[in-house]
Amino acid sequence: MAETYIVKTEVNGKRYQGRAEARTTLADFLRDQLNLTGTHLGCEHGVCGACTILMEGRSIRSCLMFAVQADGKSLETIEGLAESDGTLHPIQEAFSKHHALQCGFCTPGFLMTIIEYLAEGGEADEETIRQRLSGNLCRCTGYQGIVKAVGEVAARSGSAPTSG
Amino acid sequence: MKPAAFSYHAPKSVEEILSLLSEHGDEAKILGGGQSLIPLMALRLATPSVVIDINGVDDLDYVRTDDNTLQIGALARHRDIEELKGLAEWCPMLLEAIQMVGHVAIRNRGTVVGSMAHADPAAEWPAMALGLEGVIDVVGPSGKRTIAADDFFVSLLTTAIEPGEVATEVRLHLPKGRVGSCFLELARRHGDFAVTGVGTQMSLSSDRECVEDARVVAIGVGQTAVRIREAEDVLVGESPIDELYREAARVVHDTIAPSDDIHATADYRRSIAEVLTRRSLAIAAERARGETANG
Repeated sequence: MAETYIVKTEVNGKRYQGRAEARTTLADFLRDQLNLTGTHLGCEHGVCGACTILMEGRSIRSCLMFAVQADGKSLETIEGLAESDGTLHPIQEAFSKHHALQCGFCTPGFLMTIIEYLAEGGEADEETIRQRLSGNLCRCTGYQGIVKAVGEVAARSGSAPTSG
Repeated sequence: MKPAAFSYHAPKSVEEILSLLSEHGDEAKILGGGQSLIPLMALRLATPSVVIDINGVDDLDYVRTDDNTLQIGALARHRDIEELKGLAEWCPMLLEAIQMVGHVAIRNRGTVVGSMAHADPAAEWPAMALGLEGVIDVVGPSGKRTIAADDFFVSLLTTAIEPGEVATEVRLHLPKGRVGSCFLELARRHGDFAVTGVGTQMSLSSDRECVEDARVVAIGVGQTAVRIREAEDVLVGESPIDELYREAARVVHDTIAPSDDIHATADYRRSIAEVLTRRSLAIAAERARGETANG
């Protein structure tokens, strides 16, 4: 058996502990050890953006970090966006309204990328939004609905609270 | 898409890094931001048996500035530099180049020094080191060496870092005054590796009529990022006008030696480098004159 490491993290405000081999990516750890399967893995080598989460408030690709490196860190994932009573985050509402997803596979990565953008007070203009989203691939929507959804929330709030 | 097994070490000091390097030799890889190494490991193009994760070496996590120097520790992320206040005015070329590095999530994690050590010929940072009188500190068993960027980038993915050494800091010289700069790049999509990119910097005489100093650097046109001194020589001492930029751009076209690959032919890269040089010089000159807002 390969050596494993204890990894303690805080995810969406809740403390978790699990074990991981050194080679286990943070994405696989979240999914397989913590059963937080909302974070999706597309390419597994840092191209598609589906596994984007926030670490200490900053977006990262969870397939490009080893779980052992996240020991002691605070993470936010898609599971933390909606309220505990099921009330959706404004960006989730906007995604629904603008048909910003079809199969939904890429959506968690998009949403976490957008949460960081909104938290920085991201602008509502289309070019800036498109550039910011350029690290996330969607094969269904053609991006139109996604860009509209971000534009609407950014224009409304100027900035939105991060997940709590 | 799962990395092969390796033994993991998380040193807390540069001394510990060095002792791990001397113990494990060629088997060991340094893990900084991991935005190049981990994809290579996921694809099993790299299968190091030992990974030395330097992210816990707090002494290497800094960005310092003084009048005209930027000191970047090995754990500083691209985004740390991108977010420096006033960088758009201080050195627009540098900000523009950083914003071409991957995407925000990559820049949040990837390190500047790691990009230097990786030495991808299409990466932006090595060109910034060449264009901004960059020096790289490497530390090894026999102490610290400071290597000029000109001597640091040896060949494709190959630097002057010797076995047993680790790069700890990059310093860039960012002049102030009647200086303008600009970085332009062509990539297939935003965030992709550059097909070709060109950075230029120009300082003007007090009457703004004469180019006193110039830098021209390019990426994606050879085995390493390149500084094109032949083009700089054309610029220095002349009037900053469009004809001069055209001439310098032609020299870039004739000097660089790109090769064909799946993304572009060598001829195409030469043409793109020429166009980007001309445009970049015109913008750099405007900025040096203070005629336009930078950034």
